[in-house]
Amino acid sequence: MGRRLARKFAFVAILVAAICLSGLDDARADMEDDPLLLTVILDQIETRDAGGDNTLSWDGQGWLGKDLRKIWFKADGERTAGNTDEAELQFLYGKAIARYWDFQLGVRHDFQPSPNRSWAAVGFKGLAPYFFDIDAAAFIGESGRTALRFEAEYELFFTQRLILSPDIEINFYGQNDPDTGIGSGLSDIEAGLRLRYEIRRQFAPYIGVNWSRLFGNTADFANIAGEKSSETQLVIGIRAWY
Amino acid sequence: MNDEKRILLPAITPPMSRRRFVTGAAAGGALLGLGLSTNLSIAATSTRQPIATLRGSTLNLDIGYKTVNFTGKERAATAINGSVPGPILRWREGDRVTLHVTNHLAHDSSIHWHGIILPTDMDGVPGISFDGIRPGETFTYQFNVRQNGTFWYHSHSRFQEQTGMYGAIVIEPQHADPVGYDRDYVVLLSDWSDEKPERIYAKLKKQSDYYNFRERTAGDLWRDISEKGLSQTRKDRAMWQQMRMSDRDLSDVTGYTYTYLMNGITPDDGWLGLFQRGEKVRLRFINSAAMTIFDVRIPGLEMTVVAADGQNIEPVTVDEFRIGVAETYDVIVEPNADSAYTIFAQSIDRTGYTRGTLSPNAEWVAEVPQMDPPALLGHREMGMGGMDHSQHDMSDMSGMGSMDQGRHDMSQMSDMSGMDHSQHGMSGMQEVARQGDQVPEPAGYGSSRTITHIASEFGPHVDMRASSPQDGLSDPGIGLRDHQRLYGRRVLTYANIRNIEPTADSRDPGREIELHLTGNMDRYMWSINGIKFADAEPLRLTYGERVRITLVNDTMMTHPIHLHGMWSELETGEPDHIPRKHTVIVQPGAKISYLVTADAMGGWAYHCHLLYHMPGMFREVQVS
Repeated sequence: MGRRLARKFAFVAILVAAICLSGLDDARADMEDDPLLLTVILDQIETRDAGGDNTLSWDGQGWLGKDLRKIWFKADGERTAGNTDEAELQFLYGKAIARYWDFQLGVRHDFQPSPNRSWAAVGFKGLAPYFFDIDAAAFIGESGRTALRFEAEYELFFTQRLILSPDIEINFYGQNDPDTGIGSGLSDIEAGLRLRYEIRRQFAPYIGVNWSRLFGNTADFANIAGEKSSETQLVIGIRAWY
Repeated sequence: MNDEKRILLPAITPPMSRRRFVTGAAAGGALLGLGLSTNLSIAATSTRQPIATLRGSTLNLDIGYKTVNFTGKERAATAINGSVPGPILRWREGDRVTLHVTNHLAHDSSIHWHGIILPTDMDGVPGISFDGIRPGETFTYQFNVRQNGTFWYHSHSRFQEQTGMYGAIVIEPQHADPVGYDRDYVVLLSDWSDEKPERIYAKLKKQSDYYNFRERTAGDLWRDISEKGLSQTRKDRAMWQQMRMSDRDLSDVTGYTYTYLMNGITPDDGWLGLFQRGEKVRLRFINSAAMTIFDVRIPGLEMTVVAADGQNIEPVTVDEFRIGVAETYDVIVEPNADSAYTIFAQSIDRTGYTRGTLSPNAEWVAEVPQMDPPALLGHREMGMGGMDHSQHDMSDMSGMGSMDQGRHDMSQMSDMSGMDHSQHGMSGMQEVARQGDQVPEPAGYGSSRTITHIASEFGPHVDMRASSPQDGLSDPGIGLRDHQRLYGRRVLTYANIRNIEPTADSRDPGREIELHLTGNMDRYMWSINGIKFADAEPLRLTYGERVRITLVNDTMMTHPIHLHGMWSELETGEPDHIPRKHTVIVQPGAKISYLVTADAMGGWAYHCHLLYHMPGMFREVQVS
């Protein structure tokens, strides 16, 4: 079922991209104060130097919607040596609840690691004081599985185009899931520091460093499988949005 | 002006090298006269095609596409009679004009006669005055011209104004003109982008600071810390950080995408107006830009402002004035030296300028000044009045989100922030209630009533509410306040404007309507009283009534607000000579009052004239 679902999701993603390229914005933003718009943001598409086979990693999101209500999608994952190690896709309904905050409700599906997992997702996304971009979500899966995720990002302008962006992601899980190698409690922290140059607002190559570490049972599962529980990698990639 | 600052040289170079010249001159580089080559001179002047003037009371106007090239790239513009800007229309006061307007576009179109007093069905606003002009159709406008002065016209459909559909109207007076002059020129300021306006609007919705390349950087932070120390810097920055707003946000759309034009000519090419020494030259400034507020000056010449929005005023002599989008100012200059002068119009955010030359000789060009430094937004723009920085500590900031300091009259408003949309019906009632609950102050002096924020102003669609808005009347505006002190320039303020005629309707207002200009900059949403046009009830006026409108700007942007069909009579403290305007600048975080005599039956548009604010920050006014 995983593979078929993956194809379905991939199809939807391609469809979304196609609509976006067809110039939907131009057709719609027609003196309506609140036109239906679509945006696709590829926050990170990067290759990570893993000291052997490089890892391709992606993290993107987008929305179709209006000022106060949007359909969001979020995707992230990574591939090493032709194998997809992690792949996750979320579809969410988002509603503005405060000046800088949206409430989001939807579904998350993990295609990898296998076996795949599905979750209901609920969270808050927005801009906190001091200009921190925050995305905090809780997930409820089958068989009583639960998870929490907190993401934060900041932008420091060296110049108008050279921007240093630290970010952090923290995951917690409610119970052990040995099949996917996830342990209960604090599972992993990933932190990055990326320096991008905005050739145009919508297109910026970057270099950076990405640090990740597994904790608790998750780290133990990794050790048993013969995988590292901590990594620091140089990254090179592209940020682009439409 | 001293002679060193006035560098004369023949204007002989083709556009490319002229571009370098402008840059060089702006950098203060000394330039020498160059030899003249005939064909180069022709190449240069050919880009300075004057705009055609159409005279007479029956005119045909054709709206169509035209390929233009302002930036080196060809783009399709929406033109009138094949011209961007459209032709100058010269009418005579007292005439009945007939204008056959044919739409050759693939979309509906319209022309609105900005500032002209006429019947509502001739006003040219689709959805309010008429249905618009369908592709291939001709609409005939016909109305009596009951005024004189400088006005303009533009499309009121889609974003066609951004792509070139605007032009000047000059109405000659029926009787002797109180303004004496030997020659006059229209100086039409505008902004051009190679991007489609729909794309600009979509980009602003996705990233509202897309066009701002003046964000605060690590270098600015370092400079602040070394100059002011860490703790003061932290204090100064705290409020902005808490509010998640930028003190560098002066314009939504900037010189990053705009090329600023004077009479449809780029600053590289430069518009040229000839004069003979000793002549009185009347310059009819019109801001027909989509989004750009300009600050205008002519180094070496003082300007005597004789009319504002087409209305004669008591002459006032200044060195610089701000012209909001859609405003017009007529000035008289008397160049009495054999010299060229630069008409310099820099954008409010100082990301670009346009310029032209006034000269007795077509081959002379004057030095182009450097732009003034851009301003930073402050407490005043946040609607916090002249609050003293040092008194501000972090503890005040926590509640900055709503910034309302418990001054509400209505007790049910005290805990509004968490309120939900279902209560908007109630806010509609509050909107009406706020209009007429107490006897307004006498005419001419504006409002002194306590500013209140009604329920519809609270929610995710509004990011700021001015807690103590100052009167914007005598404020030259952000970025101009220190020009008198720094450069000795006299800068025009609304307080300087005095009608040359006595006030036509001397009645005191029967009631006061308080309207708040609102928005969420980050989400790029704009509204009035927190209610966007699509959700708003018309503002109802009773035919014949005299009413005060107090506009409160609950945003950090400067909004030029235009009422169609009736005058906005600015309360400058001179009740007997109240100036009449069609477009009124409301300063960020400030308020301003004007009187309206509801002497025009029917529906009228009432809106912010910044094109990308207009879809939301818009009301219909119904006079019945």
